[in-house]
Amino acid sequence: MTLEISGGVENAVATLVLKGELDASSAPLFKTEIEALAAQHPTRLVLEVADLTFMASAGLRVLIFAKQKLGTGVDIYVVAPQPAIVDTLEKTGFHHSVYIVDQAPA
Amino acid sequence: MIEGTDRIDYYPTHELGGYRARAGRPIPFGATLVPGGVNFSIYSTHATACTLVLFEKRASEPMAEIPIPSAFRMGNTWSIMVFGLEYEEIEYGYRFEGPWDPEAGQRFDPRVIVCDPYAKVIGGRDTWMGDPEWDRPYPHRSRLAFEDFDWEDDKPLEIPTEDLVIYETHVRSFTRHPSSGVKAPGTFAGLREKIPYLLDLGINCVELMPIFEFDEWENSRRNPETGETLVNYWGYSTLGFFAPKAGFAATGKYGMQVDEVKALVKDLHRHGIEVMLDVVFNHTAEGDHRGPTISFRGIDNKTYYMLTPEGWYYNFSGTGNTLNCNHPVVRGMVIDCLRYWASEYHIDGFRFDLAAILGRDQNGAPLANPPLIESLAHDPILARCKLVAEAWDAGGLYQVGSFPNYGRWAEWNGKYRDDLRKFLVGAEGGVGALAQRLQGSPDLYWYRGASASVNFVTCHDGFTLCDLVSYNGKHNESNGENNNDGANDNNSWNCGAEGPTNNEEVNALRSRQMRNALALLLFSQGVPMLLAGDEVARSQGGNNNAYCHDSEISWFDWTLVDANAGLLAFTKRLIAFRKAHPVLRRSHHFVHRDDAQVGLPDISFHGTQAWRPEWAGWSKALGVMLCGAYAPGGADDDVYLATNTYWEGLWFDLPRPRAGRRWHVVANTGMAAPEDAFDLGQEPLLEDQDRVLLGPRSVLILVAR
Repeated sequence: MTLEISGGVENAVATLVLKGELDASSAPLFKTEIEALAAQHPTRLVLEVADLTFMASAGLRVLIFAKQKLGTGVDIYVVAPQPAIVDTLEKTGFHHSVYIVDQAPA
Repeated sequence: MIEGTDRIDYYPTHELGGYRARAGRPIPFGATLVPGGVNFSIYSTHATACTLVLFEKRASEPMAEIPIPSAFRMGNTWSIMVFGLEYEEIEYGYRFEGPWDPEAGQRFDPRVIVCDPYAKVIGGRDTWMGDPEWDRPYPHRSRLAFEDFDWEDDKPLEIPTEDLVIYETHVRSFTRHPSSGVKAPGTFAGLREKIPYLLDLGINCVELMPIFEFDEWENSRRNPETGETLVNYWGYSTLGFFAPKAGFAATGKYGMQVDEVKALVKDLHRHGIEVMLDVVFNHTAEGDHRGPTISFRGIDNKTYYMLTPEGWYYNFSGTGNTLNCNHPVVRGMVIDCLRYWASEYHIDGFRFDLAAILGRDQNGAPLANPPLIESLAHDPILARCKLVAEAWDAGGLYQVGSFPNYGRWAEWNGKYRDDLRKFLVGAEGGVGALAQRLQGSPDLYWYRGASASVNFVTCHDGFTLCDLVSYNGKHNESNGENNNDGANDNNSWNCGAEGPTNNEEVNALRSRQMRNALALLLFSQGVPMLLAGDEVARSQGGNNNAYCHDSEISWFDWTLVDANAGLLAFTKRLIAFRKAHPVLRRSHHFVHRDDAQVGLPDISFHGTQAWRPEWAGWSKALGVMLCGAYAPGGADDDVYLATNTYWEGLWFDLPRPRAGRRWHVVANTGMAAPEDAFDLGQEPLLEDQDRVLLGPRSVLILVAR
């Protein structure tokens, strides 16, 4: 299954909806989207990932890239990740860089 | 971000094997990510040609072989920048051409693809004991690593050495047992889940047995008696010095072991715990002339290994080969490696396995001023890392107390271990030796201070504390070598029965002896090191060399935390006592005088009569008093320790503490738990301030406030 990615910026909140598998081949697409959003200087990044079934190392690395690209003042929310993805985020320490939440903050 | 085409120095100039490339940068060695590509650089003095071999991840056959053009060779380095590579999806290696002339020390073999000595990730053993695929052409495969870990503001803790309480453990052993209750047993992530336990225990430094990539299948075999598979469990046999052990990472199967180790270090730091690595630079996994060619042998055998004039391998390590540490190039690799672990992984310190080898010259002779050891001592990046030597080797060089130290190196104090053990079993002459060890071994480290002495009674080599008091002799039959392996000079005593027993008297004595050892260790000047599990009486069934057991012999059984809660509580209280009392943690030796005229000398020795130590060989009683005015900061309580290894109780007359202070009981191993030790500030007042009856084979600690 490939990655489907959609979203945009509204009221300075950037939202991306990720569906499918985020692996080494689809990570560059994710990265390109992040760069496009960063150009609009959002104050927050929300990643809706409830329908994301797999996130490989390459995908996780884009989260680090996003944080660096957006600046430490921009909080990144990972919304409703599946347990296996949470597990990997925690074991590798990536969860310190993002907020893992059940719902996008209001 | 700067794209590859934006800068002229990252612009491809060549097309090689279907890849865009340009001449690489010779420094740094290894594979380094550059914009749009990867810079590969490797060194060989004697090679005549070098080919970069690229693989898709896990593929048996290469996807490309790129002979590095001679125009890209600079001196004895080959370097090439290759563009358009998928960082996450490739593995690489090299083929070297050069002479096959073992008598001259040359063992080039272009049929073999060799692993980069600077590989930061090594694929091939991605999961612990995964299928080794024995006939794979390139079994241990160099990979690329990212250096984008989000450390936030983390850095090494730089805890003063004398304030450390070290806890030595094996990553897999610590949580592999089914009772550990962690999500990922036997991994870095599992260890991280146990941080609350470490905090509760009170230690502030974990020393990890080797975590550089090794092959657990090396020399694996079946135990002829039990059929059990024996493996290279401890990992004192390095494949690559820059790569963490994938099989110790829950995320190794995703190739994310680098991040998992960093997450562990960051989390330990956040909780005030340092990380020290046990590093093995004395030999490699390639063994002697019968061993496989994995990396060094096929790249520059004569440079990397100490060879006899006939081209055979010197074996000062006892494992087949000896890394040629004082060759300038190998020295450079060792320094690069440690700098990498210190700066990229925020490691706080290193313990060097068989470090005496690092002081031998290229023919094996001990050097007075070994360049490697000196370089490490003065290295700017390692300047605040702890450097600890296991100051002996398997070739008979024993340097405890005399390791070349440059004012920087500490040592595993092997004499501390031996003397403590002898004293505990009541050996002749034990009191005099104990007095030296308790005060930080000034006989060994007078000019270096007490913090040069890492004190221990047990470590991974040898008996656990429980086995030290449960066995007279080793029981290594399960190692499959007819009980011939492992040390014979254990200075152990089984207290009346060999191995587990229902004899209550024997068990009570064992329990007391373990407490005696812990009390003496945690009272001693210098740096105490505990072996993980000793605080809950972990046993290896008398095996004193469990290097090959991935089984209950090695694993930390967490049910012991409840079963031996009394011993654990005792250990915690003694650690807390040590941490609360700086007089126990001086960096400088006592001078046995009252220079500040506070009424007591900094340290004084006593016998059953105050101020009259009994130094005779037969003596089994010793008292030692430390004056709190001589603590760092100068404002501590006075403390007193009395120890009796006689088989009957002895009355001790107590020395008086400074005026206005009275003795309170911190610990008395002669009492049953929970009266054997008390919480900080809750120490009961000693009714009789003049004398105390100390039970047989017991230790008493008092504090005066």
